[in-house]
Amino acid sequence: MESKVAYDNDLNLKATELRLGLPGTDDREEQTLFSARNNKRPLPDTSKECGSKKKSDAQHVDNETAPPTKAQIVGWPPIRSYRKNNLQPKKSDQAEVAGIYVKVSMDGAPYLRKIDLGIYQGYPELLKALESMFKFTIGEYSEREGYKGSEYAPTYEDKDGDWMLVGDVPWDMFMSSCKRLRIMKGSEARGLGCGV
Amino acid sequence: MNYFPDEVLEHVFDFVASHRDRNAVSLVCRLWHRVERLSRQRVFVGNCYALSPEILIARFPGLKSLTLKGKPHFADFNLVPHDWGGYVQPWIEALSNSRIGLEELRLKRMVVSDESLELLSRSFANFKSLVLVSCEGFTTVGLAAIAANCRFLRELDLQENEIDDHSGHWLSCFPDSCTSLISLNFALPLETLQNILMRAPQLVDLGTGSYIHDPDSETYNKLKHTILKCKSIRNLSGFLEVAPRCLPAIYPICLNLTSLNLSYAAGIHGSELVKLIRRCAKLQRLWILDCIGDKGLEVVASTCKELQELRVFPSDVLGVGHAAVTENGLVAISAGCPKLHSLLYFCQQMTNAALIVVAKNCPNFIRFRLCILEPTKPDPVTMQPLDDGFGAIVQSCKHLRRLSLSGLLTDRVFLYIGMYAEQLEMLSVAFAGDSDKGMLYVLNGCKKLRKLEIRDCPYGDKALLTDVGKYETMRSLWMSSCEVTLGGCKTLAKEMPRLNVEIINEHDQMEIGSEEQRVEKMYLYRTLVGPRKDAPEFVWTL
Repeated sequence: MESKVAYDNDLNLKATELRLGLPGTDDREEQTLFSARNNKRPLPDTSKECGSKKKSDAQHVDNETAPPTKAQIVGWPPIRSYRKNNLQPKKSDQAEVAGIYVKVSMDGAPYLRKIDLGIYQGYPELLKALESMFKFTIGEYSEREGYKGSEYAPTYEDKDGDWMLVGDVPWDMFMSSCKRLRIMKGSEARGLGCGV
Repeated sequence: MNYFPDEVLEHVFDFVASHRDRNAVSLVCRLWHRVERLSRQRVFVGNCYALSPEILIARFPGLKSLTLKGKPHFADFNLVPHDWGGYVQPWIEALSNSRIGLEELRLKRMVVSDESLELLSRSFANFKSLVLVSCEGFTTVGLAAIAANCRFLRELDLQENEIDDHSGHWLSCFPDSCTSLISLNFALPLETLQNILMRAPQLVDLGTGSYIHDPDSETYNKLKHTILKCKSIRNLSGFLEVAPRCLPAIYPICLNLTSLNLSYAAGIHGSELVKLIRRCAKLQRLWILDCIGDKGLEVVASTCKELQELRVFPSDVLGVGHAAVTENGLVAISAGCPKLHSLLYFCQQMTNAALIVVAKNCPNFIRFRLCILEPTKPDPVTMQPLDDGFGAIVQSCKHLRRLSLSGLLTDRVFLYIGMYAEQLEMLSVAFAGDSDKGMLYVLNGCKKLRKLEIRDCPYGDKALLTDVGKYETMRSLWMSSCEVTLGGCKTLAKEMPRLNVEIINEHDQMEIGSEEQRVEKMYLYRTLVGPRKDAPEFVWTL
């Protein structure tokens, strides 16, 4: 009880303070924690000023400029945790795929590398990154003939354990099925294409 | 009325289906009470602590279908501690020891253990239907017992339960031919989906789990062909993970779908959702995420003319929000779907003007639940509270039974509710009102009120104690983060011995026991059996 009164007194002082800027934009943290509660429970001595002011402008502005309010209220918005748990990881495409690290091996290289597939928007970016990482060039991709014009072919191991040519399936599907990458070289690479 | 033999009365009562009507019938006279209770097969118990299993069994020896609800509604939103109660075990034990031939059990917000499920599966030879909604405490071990032992199982419906183990092995416990199965509503993984559909092509309700697959794979192709044989599927749900390229497999059944639940499918973009929904002209029930957007809702409005129930859930729970759905989507739905009677709508904002239009377009609402994601947000156009908008809803919708409020609201909205919401049975209030008057308007005005749940509102002892008799006409009252004090609750408990007044005391704040101390969470309910014996330490029954 006591600490709550102190808080209210603090906020009251700030509300009457002269300063530049919109009311409610300072001390966001303090306010967001209590904004919801203050809104509905002005204390008798500060009710008119604190309560109504909070409700009409400061509260409104507060809510506009302080999104964390929602996250700090227990049980709000009112959806079951089953739903919340189901949604969090899929908040956005980026969030969903961030951190998909796969090993990359290059034939003839002494050690492997690891890359995060999630940071690439698509095949062109990925291939460019591989080229730069291992200092080689990948040829032109065509559906019919695989990668023409170089002795390297980027391949990946999919969920079923098969070695597939990078680029055949849509990017999303590739990201969810790629287990590791291998840059094949020489005759083995040519074996994957349809007769180079 | 003594002219008819009992059998005739019983036959007449057979036509009285709803439990409310049957309850009314049983109050007419002793004869009717006896005939009714001996012939009653379906019983609904809205609060498992309002009576005991023994009372139930004694009164309804012919019981075949039981619905039980446990925890208060706000338990869904983590406002009730984990071990509060709501155990189904004593009920199943008592029923299994009796001569009751249970065929159907529907549980909501209860704690169900594997032991309970195993006992259930072994005790009732004719068991046909299990529905678990928002329950917890069991694993796939319990489900395996149900699949294996209930030979006549027709329906297994698992919605939004906390199940500990997610392995699909238990599904192989179903017999090779499930010709009795018509409803399987839970997250079936894709490989087993194929298997189950082969065994039970007559399925009417189907839930899916992870719906990602390589569209060129053999499994997927098999699935496409199997689905074509399942002409009877009317209800589809699941899609916890989806690869949009796999959606075409279900296009053939879209035309017949009456119920579609895509509210877990965060992986489908608005445009794919719309493509799917355009094919579902017979849809009566749609659960969807707000990433469908206002434009997507316009498509729903123009396609789904039979729509009765719509639920739009938020996809971005924490963020500032790319505006997902607003008042415009709701207005479009109200204009396009004349049969709409149940709504749950999470949105970024709402205006009074929009609510007034919705009220005019849809006077048939039975359930109207609006959740504006920002608490206490006013009408963004006028900066006014939403009192008038909700007032229009209650005034226009004369059959409204359930209402959830949100946004900036003053005591005035409760005045309107008390005045107009004559059929209102359940009201949910959060961050609203200015004074005790708000709560009193509702308690005085809504004669049919059964459940009232309030959080973070300025209602205190005066509102609580003005009309204590009212609570015996209701199932329950929940108040959290309000102004009621320990003293007020004690007074109430003393005056009304047939209520259980429970204080949930999580942080030992009541040790000192000062009467003026605010009570953080109070839950009261009427009961025939006094304080419950399974209450944990942090729950005090006053």
